[in-house]
Order: sequence, then structure tokens, then C-alpha cells
Amino acid sequence: MSLLSIRDLAIALPKGADRPHAIENVSFDLAEGEILCIVGESGSGKSMSANAVMGLLPEGVNPVKGSVNFEGGDILGLPERAMQAIRGRKIGMIFQEPLSALNPLMRIGAQIAEVFEAHGLLTPGERQRRALELLREVHLPDPEKAIRAYPFQLSGGQRQRVMIAMALALQPSILIADEPTTALDVTTQAQILTLIEELRQKRGMGVIFITHDFGVVADIADRVIVMEKGLIVEQGAVDDVLLRAKHPYTQKLVRAIPGITAGEKQDFEAAPVILKVRDLNKTFTTGGGWFKAPRVVHAVNKVSFDLRTGETIGIVGESGSGKSTCGRCIVRLIEPDGGSVEMGGVDMAMLKGAALRSNRKRIQMIFQDPFSSLNPRARVGRILTEGPIAHGTPRREARERARELLELVGLDASAMKRFPHEFSGGQRQRIGIARALALDPDILIADEAVSALDVSIQAQVLDLLADLKTRLNLSMLFITHDLRVAAQVCDRIMVMQHGKLVEIGPAGKVLSEPEHPYTRSLLDAIPGKAYEQALKQVVEAG
Amino acid sequence: MVRFILARLVKAAFILLAILVLNFSLIHAAPGDPAAVMAGEAGATDEQFLEDLRRRFGLDQPFHVQLWIYIKGAVQLDLGYSYRRGMPVAELIWDRLPATLLLTATAFFISIIFGVIAGVAAAARQGRWSDSIISTLALLFYATPLFWVALMAALLFSVTLGWLPGFGYETVGANHTGFARALDIGRHLVLPATTLGLFFTAIYVRMTRASMLEVSRLDFVKTARAKGLSPGVIQRRHVLRNALLPVITLAGLQAGQIVGGAVLTETVFAWPGIGRLMFEAISQRDYNVLLGVFFVSAAMVLLFNLITDIVYVIVDPRIRITQ
Repeated sequence: MSLLSIRDLAIALPKGADRPHAIENVSFDLAEGEILCIVGESGSGKSMSANAVMGLLPEGVNPVKGSVNFEGGDILGLPERAMQAIRGRKIGMIFQEPLSALNPLMRIGAQIAEVFEAHGLLTPGERQRRALELLREVHLPDPEKAIRAYPFQLSGGQRQRVMIAMALALQPSILIADEPTTALDVTTQAQILTLIEELRQKRGMGVIFITHDFGVVADIADRVIVMEKGLIVEQGAVDDVLLRAKHPYTQKLVRAIPGITAGEKQDFEAAPVILKVRDLNKTFTTGGGWFKAPRVVHAVNKVSFDLRTGETIGIVGESGSGKSTCGRCIVRLIEPDGGSVEMGGVDMAMLKGAALRSNRKRIQMIFQDPFSSLNPRARVGRILTEGPIAHGTPRREARERARELLELVGLDASAMKRFPHEFSGGQRQRIGIARALALDPDILIADEAVSALDVSIQAQVLDLLADLKTRLNLSMLFITHDLRVAAQVCDRIMVMQHGKLVEIGPAGKVLSEPEHPYTRSLLDAIPGKAYEQALKQVVEAG
Repeated sequence: MVRFILARLVKAAFILLAILVLNFSLIHAAPGDPAAVMAGEAGATDEQFLEDLRRRFGLDQPFHVQLWIYIKGAVQLDLGYSYRRGMPVAELIWDRLPATLLLTATAFFISIIFGVIAGVAAAARQGRWSDSIISTLALLFYATPLFWVALMAALLFSVTLGWLPGFGYETVGANHTGFARALDIGRHLVLPATTLGLFFTAIYVRMTRASMLEVSRLDFVKTARAKGLSPGVIQRRHVLRNALLPVITLAGLQAGQIVGGAVLTETVFAWPGIGRLMFEAISQRDYNVLLGVFFVSAAMVLLFNLITDIVYVIVDPRIRITQ
């Protein structure tokens, strides 16, 4: 018998939304000890289905049809009080953002103890003891200290472990995990996935795992549900869906997954060096916390490399490895402490005032978050012309050029009169690219430029970048934590760890025969490698 | 922590000194001096008499000498002598301080307590009629000038309805003692304290409401719900605690005005406090008194800024003192 069974679930969106229902006709079952993955792109309604089970839908969004059967009864639309008894006790939940999912003003121990308190269980002393046991069970380092720590004193991965400890405190029969590893590094992601797998086996929980990452799905799922625009388009055993997809949407998603093996790469050995970085240094002094004494962090530690004309170098590494700081030092968004950044005989690191301003336009950046990197109060026309006008281009000419740029990145010229919020994430990233190109740069620095996008959109933006690069003869530094993306776009890859450059070489070589153990551990942590092989075989077999 | 407080106190002493010099210079830049006003009031036009007055007050000395004498005194808490009132300024301020502190502290607590409660209530009933009433009232009191509210309150509750005394600190000539006196002062306190507190109450309501609504949308509130906590506990423990952080900043601002912020109210309600002392000192050009009041107010602002920072460190673990 199944643990949870959802039938014909429909959830209405408030009036004025882009569609009447968040989800419609959603039916699925979850068996004991099973990991069910719900995949889909943003806006597909995958989170809505899970939140409906918990009765945690946003205000104004209500179920209008269907049933959620759990322990012999329909729990959809139960009164708040009855739902409180189920939440945390029978069904636990963890969320995407470990950084914001914990109360910043409460100690870790108190937040875990609260779960017992909410259900009137145990004495305060016992709650603390159980909290400690739970922290041990989720393998948090130094649990005795962590229990007295505040969330900001823990890393993202550690906080996600705390979230899991909380969700599992009362041994619920179902765990709902809403993109629990999306905000984490690959190595941390691999650890969290192992932990969830371990706990599932130990406790026989049913897990609903929501994600957009097919690699993760391939590694952990028993069964898969694919959602598109609020509807389930395909569901079945993991191999059936991932290897033998029937629905065209699933097939499209599977095709969009970037492979980890590098394709044909050009050799730029002979091309002239356009950017020469030597011994770049940047240190930050940070205040102390529970787990670290006040210390000096070498964010960028003596990094040297050459970028050749037309070449793309990928800078990869985990968060905190200094890859973004490195990019920002090169354009002088952050002042480097030492070293030189030579471009056409000028040392960017030493320039000041007008000379810096006029040289800066030769290197432009594309940022990660397409939502916050564009001024929400400025129309696209102004966003695209501001730079050129500041550098002395007449207004009319700049506007003419902006229209061309919009066309170049695949947007209509009418976008000039609209505000950034009127565009989707992918379109905004195109605007971000157009803005960078408006100054006719020689070098683009893309800082996690596609990380916030869905796979299919990601593929489009990557294609666009590749196309522009050859057409405009651009050189590019591509900063990313995603080795699959790096494999696809980069000619050479440099790996950074703790501010140091640990390995640099042709993409194919770094990915297939890594020299440094850290590169190897990054590659090992990538989810879905076995799946990629299997998929290749299926494709080759026809 | 101790080092932080000490460092801040040293810094405060320098700021205070700078304020002192600035105030002293500003007052001396104003045309006319106390001697001229006193002589004018006495009907004397004799140049010699004026000179004598100036010599007696030390006003014939060069500016920097006067400043130096004043600073030397202020360091020893000697704020000069008020020739108008025939009393040392420090003593005068010390006499008036209790009445002002009683008024401003009462107003402070009234506005924090009612402001936060009303703000929480409004946020909990967002969009309903009770929210609209609270928000509208808050906007009204925020926008209405203080003196007008004070006059209208006196007119309504004292003159028309006769419920509460409309002016003064206590009933003159009643000679109450003990509890009866406290009750009498309390009755006199209601109107001025409420009037003075209204403006900040309105600000707290708006601030608390906005802050509660903002925090209740944050991820950790959803986490709290997923634990199965009841709405009451979530509001109290998770939302309110986080929502109060910006309110503390404002409370620090209000607390800084605890000495000098009640001029209007004290004047309208004839409350014998520092504010009225200051008002009278201005019209009488009693410069020493004026400077003394400025000095004490500035010291209070600095003190409460420091207290606010310390409170912040206590309630928000993310804030660590960096030196």
C-alpha cells in the first residue's frame, strides 16, 4: 500500500497570474522507502504540489480540487490545527536556501528543540540531548559546539544538515525536500545526497525530492515525475523516464543537459595574448566566529595566466575558492592588493581616473543574477545606452546601436521601452549580455552567467554566447561552479581552490585526466555520470 | 565588550567637547548679549552701567578666554551661573530634570508599548478593517503637528470634559503627600505624556507593521510552520523577534530626545521641565542656561546611542564588535 496518494490535485492561482491553475490533474503515489523525484523547470508547479501536501501554500493560492490521502484520510484542506499535528511529526520538509531557512536570532539547539516542543514532547533537557544526537546523526562536525552556535556561524552545507536534522527529529514517515542541494557546491551536494540516501535506508522513509537537476535525479531516484506548466507530462521508473523518455518535453530536457566530456576545442596556442595576469593577489580580513578565529583570507593568491585572443578560459571551483574575486579584481570592481593585469601593454591594476575609465570598457562583465543585476527603475533603452553615452557616444547613435544589440541577442527592438521586470530570467540575461557588448569590449567576464537559469534556457544562452564570441572575435573568462557547463564552453579550464590556481590546461585534458587531487574530487562529486554513460549507449543504439 | 564601551566613551567625550565649542561659538555669534537685554529691561541706557554688567558677567573678556573658562567649568560639571535666576545653571537643570524625565520616559514607554502592540495587531489583520483603522490613525497622528494635538487634547479633556488637569505638574496649594501626591502628579501627567508619545507611537505602529509583514515572508518562518508550530508561537518567537530589530534603532533615536525633546509639550502644558526652561532661556537670552541645556541634551543623545548599540549586540548575535 502506498504511503501517500495524491489524486486529481488542482491548485488555483490568484486572478491575474499567467495561467489559472498552478497545477492541474496531478496524481501520484509515494511508496514506503521510495525516493520520488519531481523534475521540471521553474514555474512548472513542482514545488506547489509538495507545498500543498504540507498545507504550506502561499497566501491566495488554494487547492480547488482533488485529494491528498495520507494514513487513511484526506489531509487536503484539513483545519490548521490538524495540519500542525502532521507537520514535522508525520511529514518533514527541507528547503532550497539553507542560508535563509533558519532563524538568524536563535541558537541551532533551540531551533531543533522547537520541533519537540511544537508537538508537546519531552522535557527541555531531553530535547537538547536529542538535538545533539540528531546533529551527530547528520554528521555535523563538532556537534557540541554547533548546538550552541547561531546559523550565521555555520556554512551552507552545515546549515542544510541542521535543516535535515530538524526535519527528521520526530522520525516522520515522509520527507519532502524542495531543491535541497541547488544552492550548494557539488562536493557538499554529494555529501547531502549520500546523507539523505543513508537516512532513507535506515528509517524506511518515503522521500519526495524536488529538483531541476537530472544528474541528481539519475543518482537517487526510484521513480520520476516530470512536470511542465502545472501538468504531469510523464511519470515512471527512473530508467524509463530518463533513458527512454516518451514525452517530447522530457526528451527536450534530457537533450539540454550539458555533457561532462569536452567537445572539439580549438587550439589558441598561436593566437596573441590579450590579457596577461601575473601574481594577482587579494586578501580579506574577516572577523572571528565560533568555528574560526579572526583570520586573513587569501581570496586570490598569486594567480597568473594568459588569455589569448578568441579563447575562452573557464575558472572553476567551489564557493569561497576565489574565482569571482579573481574576475572582479581583473575589472577592478575590487582593488587587487598586488600583481598586474596587463592588457595591450597597459597594466589595468595600476590605472587611475580617466585612464582607468577608458580602458575599463574593453573588459565587460555579465553577472549571475539576472534579477538584481539590472536597475529595476531603468528602461532597457537606458540600461543599454548609459555606458556608451558616458564614454562620449552621441545619444542617437547609442540608441541605434542598442537596437542592433537587442537583435543580436535575440530580442525584439521594442524591448527598448520596457522595464527589466517585464522579461523572464533568460531574456534578462540576454539584456545583461547586450549591456556588456554595448561598449564593444575585447574581453567578456561571465560570472556564473547561466547558473540561475533552467537547463533549456541555459543551453540557449550558452549557444548565444558561443555564437557572439566567434562573430565578434571576443575572448572570455567564464567563471562557473558547474563543470558540465565549463566542459561545454571552455577551451581551457583553470581550477581554483582556497584562492590558489591548482590546475590549468586544455578542457578535455583537465576533465578526463585531472592532475590535481582537488580537480579529481570535484569531478567525482558530479551527479549523474553513470547516467550520462547509459544515455550515450542508448543514443548510440538508436 | 568593556573595551568597546570605553573606546566609545572616550570618543563621546571628544564629540561632546566639539559640540560645546560649536554651541558656544554659535551663541556668541548671535547679535546682542545678556547684559544688553538686562539693561534694556531695567530701562537703563547708561553706557557705564552696561559696561559694569559686562564686567560682572565676564562678557568683556576676549572670546577665547570666555570659551576656555566655560570649558574648564563644564569639565567639572559647573555650567556657569544664571544671573537672571540667581542660581548656578547645573542646579537649575538638576531641579528641572526629574519632571522632564518623568514626562519623556512615560511618553517613551507609552509609545513603544502601544506602538508595537498596535503594529503587531495591524500586521496580523493585514487588509482587514481593523488594520485599516490602526494604519489610518497612525498616519493621522504622524501627520498632525504636535502642538495642535496638545492644544486640542487640553481643550477637550480638560476644558470641555473636565476629566484631567490641563496644565502644571501638580495641584498648586493642595499639599498632597505620599500616594495622594503621586496620584495627583499622575493625573497631570496623562495629557502631556500621551501627546508627546503620540508621534512616536504612530512611527512605531507603521514600522512594526511593515517589519512584521516583511519578516513573515522570510524562509525561516516557513521552516517554523513546517515544524508544526502554532501560529502564535511563530509570530512571537520567529517573526516578532526579528521584526523588532529596526524598531530598536528608532527607540534609540527617541530615547536620545529624552531631555531636549519636550519643549513644545512642556510649554503648552506648563510642565516645569527642561524644555520650558530652555524656551524661557531663549526669550530671556539667558545664554548660560541655554548652553547648559544643550550640553546635557547632547550628552544624553550620545549616551543613548551607545546604549542602542549595546542592545543591538545583545539581541542580534550576527553583530559582533569589531575594533
